[in-house]
Amino acid sequence: MKVALRDNQDFWSGVMLVAIGAAALIIGRNYPFGTSLRMGPGYFPAVLSSVLCVFGLILMAKSFRSTDRVEAGWSLRGLIIIPLSVVLFGVMMTHAGFVPALVVLIFGSALASDEFKLVEVTLLTIGLTLGCVAVFIWGLGLPYPLLAEF
Amino acid sequence: MDLLNNLLFGFGVAFSLQNLAYCFIGVLVGTLIGVLPGIGPLATIAMLLPLTFNVEPVGALIMLAGIYYGAQYGGSTTAILVNLPGETAAVVTCIDGYQMARQGRAGPALAIAAFGSFFAGTVGTLLIALAGPPLAEVALKFGAPEYFSLMLMGLVAAAVLAQGDTIKSLSMVVMGLLFGIVGSDVNTGMHRFTFDIFELSDGIGFIVIAVGVFAVGEIVTNLGQPERREIFTAKVSNLMPTREDLKASAWPIVRGTALGSFFGVLPGTGPAIASFSSYMLEKKLAKDPSRFGKGAIEGVAGPEAANNADAQTKFIPMLTLGLPASGVMALMLGALTIQGIQPGPQVMTQRPELFWGLIASMWIGNAMLVILNLPLIGLWVKLLQVPYRLLFPAIMAFSAIGIYSVSNSSFEIYLTAGFGIAGFLWLKLGFSAAPLLLGFVLGPMMEENLRRAMLMSKGDPSVFVTRPISLAFIIATVLILVVMIAPAVRKKKDALAE
Repeated sequence: MKVALRDNQDFWSGVMLVAIGAAALIIGRNYPFGTSLRMGPGYFPAVLSSVLCVFGLILMAKSFRSTDRVEAGWSLRGLIIIPLSVVLFGVMMTHAGFVPALVVLIFGSALASDEFKLVEVTLLTIGLTLGCVAVFIWGLGLPYPLLAEF
Repeated sequence: MDLLNNLLFGFGVAFSLQNLAYCFIGVLVGTLIGVLPGIGPLATIAMLLPLTFNVEPVGALIMLAGIYYGAQYGGSTTAILVNLPGETAAVVTCIDGYQMARQGRAGPALAIAAFGSFFAGTVGTLLIALAGPPLAEVALKFGAPEYFSLMLMGLVAAAVLAQGDTIKSLSMVVMGLLFGIVGSDVNTGMHRFTFDIFELSDGIGFIVIAVGVFAVGEIVTNLGQPERREIFTAKVSNLMPTREDLKASAWPIVRGTALGSFFGVLPGTGPAIASFSSYMLEKKLAKDPSRFGKGAIEGVAGPEAANNADAQTKFIPMLTLGLPASGVMALMLGALTIQGIQPGPQVMTQRPELFWGLIASMWIGNAMLVILNLPLIGLWVKLLQVPYRLLFPAIMAFSAIGIYSVSNSSFEIYLTAGFGIAGFLWLKLGFSAAPLLLGFVLGPMMEENLRRAMLMSKGDPSVFVTRPISLAFIIATVLILVVMIAPAVRKKKDALAE
């Protein structure tokens, strides 16, 4: 059975590979290529990017006969919230300190679960934050302020 | 005897109070994450790696190795007790182990799994000690062309033997090599793919990739899948196997060890392949194959020995040639590099305490696991009841702190989030991420050796096939490709003919 293009695993895999390969070729177009005797910094990346494009094209060609669907089971909530809370952790670490960064990360990523319970997650956040402060700041002596001075 | 002296030296290193403690922490943490579903050894090692930077190299490596084989043990415990493979390698153990537990024989199943693993671990340790020095001696004679061909063979084999589509795995290797190139070029100092971002001039940290893909990416993937949990939890009483159990398990353990040691050295073959082949072999050899799947003790003994032997012998190519045969080994190699140790055959002569200390500690660690695991089973079962919704925020916290502590910059944190998304997409599209890590770790070395080889030969690429050792690697690479692609070609032809 043929699989529609928008669900086709091989097709999208091929598109991704060609995109990455082409992007690398374009970004690296000005890196000196050198000769095969004295390879410049552009030689190896150019070869790799081209190989990636070829693999991508093969997969796209294959996709017309392939029956693999993109795997089901997306959690859009997870896909947005988890990376976002990681990024927020990074921002808070530089501007607000260790404790607020951890609270945001733990509480934030817990929001990504379908079974979110406010009381439980609040307790978890408090417990984990305390534990991390004890282990990493007091125990291992990492040099981060618990709360940044504004 | 040299071997004996070396081993004694190793035990001297490993028996220091400090290293014993690292070993203990390693196997304890390993068992813990092996028991907990949804987090594998790769993610754990990546997560905890930053914490080992301040530890001296021997201790760090001992602890990381302990996590790795501890996880195998833990995985089999949950497989037997709750039919949940905490680890991919334990899938096979579920089949008969869980049936044994339902019949009230959880104790003997756990005990046999532990004995089998311990035996395999002992043999594996001895094999590393025996095979290591001669292999390293040969490898010391390698020049740039040999190294390039060896890495090519390792990467191709890893990609071809990995699960899933061959082209996808090969693309992951190539993509990994490309990511490995990001940063300043060693020869010219030119910045490549850095987008003028200062933090990228040193390249992408491999912990960023490992944690991003294997911890963050996996969490996002897991959140999309409903949690599956069996309610039946077997009561463990009477650990001791009967005399018949021991007799039935002895040969399967030996055969499993042999199979596992063989697969262990091959790049790309995870312990799942070793344990599965052992299961099939035992089933074939059994007088009454119908017992399998209904609680046959051979179906626990063989695979458990096989996956542990595989885990141990995976260290051989990593320690002697500097060639990682799996994702976990790529991480270990990265850990060495971060400690300022150039991986390769010279490790054994320049840092003998590292090599022999690690080997001795693996045997000690295996013994600790037997002692630790059997009495603590009750505790592990309790831990299993921790739901995933409480577990993953903790994983996130440890990962983020770990990454931040490496660079003290938020940039790597943002990059991790990016790799988390990428890891999720790769999983959804059917790419396996381990080959990416192998390529990434080997990328800079491979480029460097290619350049050197071409300089040596004055630009003549035939250097790779005129030097005998290099030629052998190239032939092996081609053979692996042909053998693995041939059945697919045949299948396609058949499909067309229909």
